[in-house]
Amino acid sequence: MSAKVLDVSALPPRAFGARSALWWGVLGLVAIEGTALAMVVGAALYLRQGGDGWPPPGTPLPRLTAATINVLLLVASSALMWMVALDARRRRRVPVAVGLVLMTVVGLASIVLRGFELAALGCRWDAGAYASTVWLLLGMHATHLIGATVENGLLAAVIIGPVDPKHYVDAHSNGLYWYFVAGADVVLYLLVFVWPRWA
Amino acid sequence: MTAAGLALAVLLLAGCGGPAALAAAGPQAGRIAGLWAVVFWIAVIVETAVVAFMLYAVARSRRPGHDPAGARPEAGREHRAVVAITVAVGLTAATVLGLLVASIGTDRALASLTRSAPLTVEVTGQQWWWDIEYDDPVPSQRVRTANELHLPVGEPVLLTLRSRDVIHSVWVPQLHGKQDLIPGRTTSLWIQADRPGTFTGQCAEFCGYQHAHMRLLVVAESRATFDAWRAQQRQPATEPTDPLGQRGRAVFLAGPCVLCHAIGGTRAGARVGPDLTHLAGRATIAGGTLPNTPGHLAGWILDPQRIKPGAHMPAMSLPAHDLQALLAYLAALR
Amino acid sequence: MSTLALRQERRDEGVVEPAQLARAWDTPPGLLGALASANHKQIATRYIVTAFVFFALAGMLALLMRLQLATPEAHVLGPDLYNQVFTVHGSTMMFLFAVPVMQAMALYLVPLMVGTRNVAFPRLNAFGYWTYLIGGLLLWGSFLLNVGPDAGWFSYVPLAGPAYAPGKRADVWAQVITFTELAALVGAIEVVVTAVKMRAPGMSLERVPLLVWAMLVTAVMVVFAMPAVMVGSTMLAMDRLVDTHFFNPAEGGDVLLWQHLFWFFGHPEVYIIFIPATGFVSSIVSTFARRPIVGYPAMVLSLIATGFLGFSLWVHHMFATGLPRIGASFFSAASLLIAIPSGVQIFCWLATLRTGRVVVRAPLLFVCAFIAIFVVGGLTGVMVALVPLDLQVHDTFFVVAHLHYVLIGGAVFPLLGALHFWLPKMTGRMPSERLGRWAVAVLFVGFNLTFFPMHQLGLAGMPRRVYTYLPETGWGRLNFLATVGAGLLAVGVLLFLANVAWTLRHGAPAGDDPWGGDTLEWSTPSPPPSYNFAALPVVHDRHPLWSVAPPGAVVGLGRREVLITEAIDATPDHRHALDGPSLWPFLTAIAVGIGVIVAIFTPWGVTLGAVLVTITLTGWFWPHRPAVEPGR
Repeated sequence: MSAKVLDVSALPPRAFGARSALWWGVLGLVAIEGTALAMVVGAALYLRQGGDGWPPPGTPLPRLTAATINVLLLVASSALMWMVALDARRRRRVPVAVGLVLMTVVGLASIVLRGFELAALGCRWDAGAYASTVWLLLGMHATHLIGATVENGLLAAVIIGPVDPKHYVDAHSNGLYWYFVAGADVVLYLLVFVWPRWA
Repeated sequence: MTAAGLALAVLLLAGCGGPAALAAAGPQAGRIAGLWAVVFWIAVIVETAVVAFMLYAVARSRRPGHDPAGARPEAGREHRAVVAITVAVGLTAATVLGLLVASIGTDRALASLTRSAPLTVEVTGQQWWWDIEYDDPVPSQRVRTANELHLPVGEPVLLTLRSRDVIHSVWVPQLHGKQDLIPGRTTSLWIQADRPGTFTGQCAEFCGYQHAHMRLLVVAESRATFDAWRAQQRQPATEPTDPLGQRGRAVFLAGPCVLCHAIGGTRAGARVGPDLTHLAGRATIAGGTLPNTPGHLAGWILDPQRIKPGAHMPAMSLPAHDLQALLAYLAALR
Repeated sequence: MSTLALRQERRDEGVVEPAQLARAWDTPPGLLGALASANHKQIATRYIVTAFVFFALAGMLALLMRLQLATPEAHVLGPDLYNQVFTVHGSTMMFLFAVPVMQAMALYLVPLMVGTRNVAFPRLNAFGYWTYLIGGLLLWGSFLLNVGPDAGWFSYVPLAGPAYAPGKRADVWAQVITFTELAALVGAIEVVVTAVKMRAPGMSLERVPLLVWAMLVTAVMVVFAMPAVMVGSTMLAMDRLVDTHFFNPAEGGDVLLWQHLFWFFGHPEVYIIFIPATGFVSSIVSTFARRPIVGYPAMVLSLIATGFLGFSLWVHHMFATGLPRIGASFFSAASLLIAIPSGVQIFCWLATLRTGRVVVRAPLLFVCAFIAIFVVGGLTGVMVALVPLDLQVHDTFFVVAHLHYVLIGGAVFPLLGALHFWLPKMTGRMPSERLGRWAVAVLFVGFNLTFFPMHQLGLAGMPRRVYTYLPETGWGRLNFLATVGAGLLAVGVLLFLANVAWTLRHGAPAGDDPWGGDTLEWSTPSPPPSYNFAALPVVHDRHPLWSVAPPGAVVGLGRREVLITEAIDATPDHRHALDGPSLWPFLTAIAVGIGVIVAIFTPWGVTLGAVLVTITLTGWFWPHRPAVEPGR
């Protein structure tokens, strides 16, 4: 034992945010799923410039109501998620649990709204390339939304139940994924519902 | 025992004349072959230099001795190594830039082969044959044939390329590089043959079971010969004058052949399969893979699946005398 | 036990006893223990063995193809079987061998080289392996049931679309992609987070071994490349299963959209396979030249540049599709540009050999073979980067030659050298030097004999993916030669595998550091214990085992804890308890497997899979014990 010794026992047993390995894992997940969505967005732009209209003649413009409510809901819920993350940092069990339960409810509402958004597209997925693409965009994002909601619900159950200090790190990093889901919906809202009206 | 030695051996083994892509019969392939020559010799020099240096570095290395691993050589050697690397990288960059310029230059030259009001041929690929139709402002003057493309020597010809099913690719290496035939799009290829001859091509995009048997023959001939050929092709099918031929025509028109094949001047007008109006004038059948002889034609008609398994042409059972009659009829369709 | 008391105990103990570490980190015995293992070395070894089984299977398919092509109009394989054979050969080599085995080497070596005990998410790592295995079984099971994919490993539409590919073969292909890409993405996350956040104190970025850099760049590439093929294969599956029209030109879709999506993945894919090999080469050259690689900063920048540039080349696979010339020129230029960072690496290795004190051993011979072969592949790559040349040789056997020169030369030879090099570490036994040299020699000759003639065949007009050819083409002679070469190549592979088998039975005990390497894995016993290091190391420079001062030791960590350090300069940040063995990753992979395989037949498979996965993920993440401080 002539080598030098570095005593790390004074270091904390966990850390939040970009200091934690889990946060980087979630960041990796966001990069992967963000890239996948970007690929579909790219495909949409590619198909659009080869076609005769977006939506093509005969297909109505998608109706705005459900989508607008949903994007506002998701953006607003990010603020709630932010507060949950702050509370998680401070290991405040009840606010985090309540916050996550609320986030789960918001998520379920958003999923229901997504159903209405799909109906508002005014076309079935097999009507043509435009229809297939907008369905895939919204559908793919829906899977992210469902996954995030399930995760929120699971975390809520764990925080209410047999909570371990490390679950606060989970709850905190989880926020990152929600911001991605909300941010992606802003992009999709603009691309699918707003842009065809301008272009 | 380097790749260069192997290269020599292989070239010797392969015989003289050179491979098709380098035995150019037209300006496009010729330009490409010129670019190839430049890159090939650069490649030989680079590979030889790298391998030689590597062998030298390993064989002539200083002995390990008792220096501990990780002991760095003196600063002078290190510095010389870095300089050498920098020079090598600089040479690489310069070579790569030079090649890019040469390539763009060749590309422009390839694109410059055009003319106004060219002979235009519509080539439509489908599993597993080439539908060829010579364009003409007068619809009745259009010529439709299959798997064999006749060209006048010395003139740029425009091929417009389409596909009826999956992606194919037309490639006649002695004349030009390849171009894909893509469903939903039209692409084009300008080619020119500089000498008379028959040049073979083959589909170069995997298109299913019989991708291997989708060949194309390009027959380059003098303008006069080409005009005569096209005039012949514009005629309706030769009327059979002998009883055997007439019986053969009856067999054709009464059988399932008419569901896919057209013969000009008869009521058979389907365009699913190759046009047979001037079948006897073609050198090959079955997507350019069988010589056009009665024996091969008989085998093909009776059981295409044995020759091209998966082909869309069904087997036919014909009594022998019907088959003979049909063959006689088809053999007269020049 | 209360938190305070535990900390006290740790301070008194200093370093945890190896026996206690073994208890905390060893995989439980028995079949269930094996299914539950979260040990990165065990999982990596599984990946490597499985990948080589697939390599052998795909190699046998290659031999079948060579038998069929040895003579014109042969009847060894009919067109239907041939199409399945070349599709399964390519798909197996690319998805079930090349990427997984490179990732496996990373999963084995990176935690050791950065001085930690495991990867960042041990259970996720296990999940990755099972998912990969299920994907491989799906592909080969389908093939053996005559439902193997047959539209090429690249599965172009419309040939693979609903109109021209009846049955489920193309759907099988699409879902094999799902499994293998999921596993690859999981592995990538592991490598990135482990290499960024779990490095030994003192291992700042400029002290990170070149192999770890290579694996890190590769992992980042995987993150951004794989989603493209996942999206593409999802679109294909949807076109086939639920009548979407992504690729149907009659309804606004585009056939070339497939190619763009596929090659946006496909080109980075080949660098994902090649860049790890450069990591192996750096380790081997440095060790046997007994000096650090010349030009470390240039090497790192070259790796990063290759990683970036790899994403800007994909359209060079589409030069024959009628692109606008300006676009084609851009991608041609980018394809040429990437030769420069690759060149930098080769020059640095050569300079290292020249200025070092070379000891010739089998791994170095593999590297020499790599240089000789890969440079040819790189040069033919420069050729096909030029649009006019590519228009002649695209989709011909010239490209078959090129791709095998870069993939076998550029990846397999370094991989075999790497396995010879690290086999002593992994198994504790030395491989046979003589068998190793014979393997290199036979592989080198066999490889060149097989693939060099294919350059000529391509120029002579022979396209790819043909199950036969006419006698009058004159291609028979060179094809026959290539087939003979393939036989020799197979003998070379057998020699290598024989060496591995011999090593396991008769190899001399290896000791910790038989080659005199410089990186941290050589400071552990051979094979390393489940916990890797009795005390996590602290490093002071780039070559911890070559420096005068030995690596330091970390004390004060709990039994199941590793050290999380800062991303750039690796200063210790906090302690972190890693998860241990669990059956849930295996069960989750089964859940994913059921969902995805059912999805071949009905879209409800997705729903089923989602439900099953939710159940297993709940089990996975649900805490099993009341709150207790980790470290027991």
